[in-house]
Amino acid sequence: MASAFEYAPAPESRAVVDIAPSYGLFIDGEFTEAAEGKVFKTVSPSTEEVLSEIAQAGEADVDRAVKAARKAFEKWSALPGSERAKYLFRIARIIQERSRELAVLETLDNGKPIKETRDADLPLVAAHFFYYAGWADKLDHAGFGANPQPLGVAGQVIPWNFPLLMLAWKIAPALATGNTVVLKPAETTPLSALFFADICRQAGLPKGVVNILPGYGDTGAALVAHPDVNKVAFTGSTAVGKAIARQVAGTTKKVTLELGGKGANIVFDDAPIDQAVEGIVTGIFFNQGQVCCAGSRLLVQESIQDELLDSLKRRLSTLRLGDPLDKNTDIGAINSAEQLSRITTLVEQGEAEGAERWSPSCELPSSGYWFAPTLFTNVTQAHTVARDEIFGPVLSVLTFRTPEEAVAKANNSQYGLSAGIWTEKGSRILAVASKLRAGVIWSNTFNKFDPTSPFGGYKESGFGREGGRHGLEAYLDV
Amino acid sequence: MSDARLSVFKTYKLYVGGKFPRSESGRVYEVTDAKGKWLANAPQGSRKDARDAVVAARKAFGGWSGATAYNRGQILYRIAEMLEGRKDQFVREVADAEGLSKSKAAVIVDAAIDRWVWYAGWTDKIAQVVGGANPVAGPYFNLSSPEPTGVVTVLAPQESSFLGLISVVAPVIATGNTVIVIASENSPLPALSLGEVLATSDLPGGVVNILSGRTAEIAAPLAAHQDVNAIDLAGADDVLAKELEIAAADNLKRVLRPQPVDYNETPGIDRLTPFLETKTVWHPTGSLGASGSSY
Repeated sequence: MASAFEYAPAPESRAVVDIAPSYGLFIDGEFTEAAEGKVFKTVSPSTEEVLSEIAQAGEADVDRAVKAARKAFEKWSALPGSERAKYLFRIARIIQERSRELAVLETLDNGKPIKETRDADLPLVAAHFFYYAGWADKLDHAGFGANPQPLGVAGQVIPWNFPLLMLAWKIAPALATGNTVVLKPAETTPLSALFFADICRQAGLPKGVVNILPGYGDTGAALVAHPDVNKVAFTGSTAVGKAIARQVAGTTKKVTLELGGKGANIVFDDAPIDQAVEGIVTGIFFNQGQVCCAGSRLLVQESIQDELLDSLKRRLSTLRLGDPLDKNTDIGAINSAEQLSRITTLVEQGEAEGAERWSPSCELPSSGYWFAPTLFTNVTQAHTVARDEIFGPVLSVLTFRTPEEAVAKANNSQYGLSAGIWTEKGSRILAVASKLRAGVIWSNTFNKFDPTSPFGGYKESGFGREGGRHGLEAYLDV
Repeated sequence: MSDARLSVFKTYKLYVGGKFPRSESGRVYEVTDAKGKWLANAPQGSRKDARDAVVAARKAFGGWSGATAYNRGQILYRIAEMLEGRKDQFVREVADAEGLSKSKAAVIVDAAIDRWVWYAGWTDKIAQVVGGANPVAGPYFNLSSPEPTGVVTVLAPQESSFLGLISVVAPVIATGNTVIVIASENSPLPALSLGEVLATSDLPGGVVNILSGRTAEIAAPLAAHQDVNAIDLAGADDVLAKELEIAAADNLKRVLRPQPVDYNETPGIDRLTPFLETKTVWHPTGSLGASGSSY
């Protein structure tokens, strides 16, 4: 459909970020080569341009980093909380100062629109450090008893969908509570974590308190398995989460897992339709749907199905897909060829099983990894697209007649991370919210995050909470 | 013929879904006192008994978790009342089970009764301690509240057959979960008798299900069961605990690992929180920012 609103290109300048041709591992305050000398390339998903060559950490590097973190732990945990706080405040401020550079970097490495990195990721990253900085000297008052102690060395493995934000979620509470960290960023998005190493340097953070080890799954596995790691924090797939839970069985390692989701976004017949449509779009097309708490299952009350779907399709036709660095872009690139192929496979399976596929007419760029916003109708609960996490811009639409049916369908999932409720009736919101088995419920809104607000799942969406006072518990011996 | 009256033995049974079945397997095992004297034949529960208990616990979960915290507190307190009235029986059973003098056993039974009272008072307070309003940076009402995680399997402590048992069961149900408890393997009788108390305490059937038998045999299918949400490994040795924790990973059960506990001490909230989920609910407040709409 030809849009009434043609926009001239409005690309953000990439001159604000200086990407080196290669990066090492960040261990004990220094950039260093991998012991085995292995490297891998990180590419921009929107162009397939090679951005940089990254050292790939192996087992020996993991051991070196854990030793550095262990050594740093003695002094770091003994610092008065007020001093640790000041380091975190410094980091928060430097992130704010460098946020334009980091937003562009993140968009280049991840493929998500600059609109999102600039307006969502970066402000939240800074806010997380700011929030947890304030806890560092108040831990006695956090409700975990007097003088709660840190655990030691935290091994943290984070995903590629929000590279810097997930780093902040992991590192800020760990440092505030007096732990030291070894963090493995995802292999497709290592750059912002390595830039964060430079921020640690600028903040004067003691050596070894933060160590960054880019690598693949085997690097993460070695980190989780390292006998001298006291705490494992993982965000990623449920399959890997289960493997980690098995790996740490019988040890004293404390574990938190933030895993997959198949969020139900429930729209009742009295919902404000325009707001609901915006919420549905935010719910599943934010970050190309590569969000664990995405509202990937739309449950719409049967009586308003046609009206809602017409509105939704009209809205999807106005989304602009393309250059993520363009400030007007709504839908950026899929993070990797591998992820694109996973989405493609699942969507083909959805068609094969008889669900009806729809996308707005949409030209995809010739290079890079792209997937058009996609809707499935005629979906039943048995369909793969209604059960499996697709982690892409794909929405499955189901219907219901009564609130009880909506709740039953929403809860019919191995996952329990997020859900949405759209209705103007207050008692219905509260009743339905109390019956949904999910850790985060957004009513008349979706995909809101805040450092003061706990986040995490029920059932196979993992355990533990990140954010807020609850987020401290994961890093304290309580 | 002797003048002494022949006593009536008690047939100990499982407690599942509010009923007292024999083990589906038809098996029993011999329970002896600390000196090796025969006390009773306890049912030797099977995998099928464990699965039946899960069904009962799941069925009871909706009603129990949906009951008001005040109501749950009333019922936990009622359990203490019922126990108080049957103290003599439990003093005898605990003394036999643990090889204690009557006076030492009485101290333990008193402590167990008081433990119900302690947790009865927690049902309507824990939400205020661990939940609350989150001051997010935006026009949203944002509240975190704890909710029960679901069906919980508890391996009761092996050595503390009554006080330990109650110390691990009471906090799980205080927060609205339902439970399948595997009694101390060698000293299951106080646990099985507790079922009789629970059945007369207004506690809905299925909220607590009590199994006796070989701990490892019954625990294995429960650790692997897809409809069990959490497992407390208090009564497992290191080898069994590891094995069960691995099985529990299949559906990401919440696992409470065995830890040294002095059950005589008044507990904190350590056993209340591992079986809670935190649910956070967001709603816009009046101002909706850019959209311009307001209340």
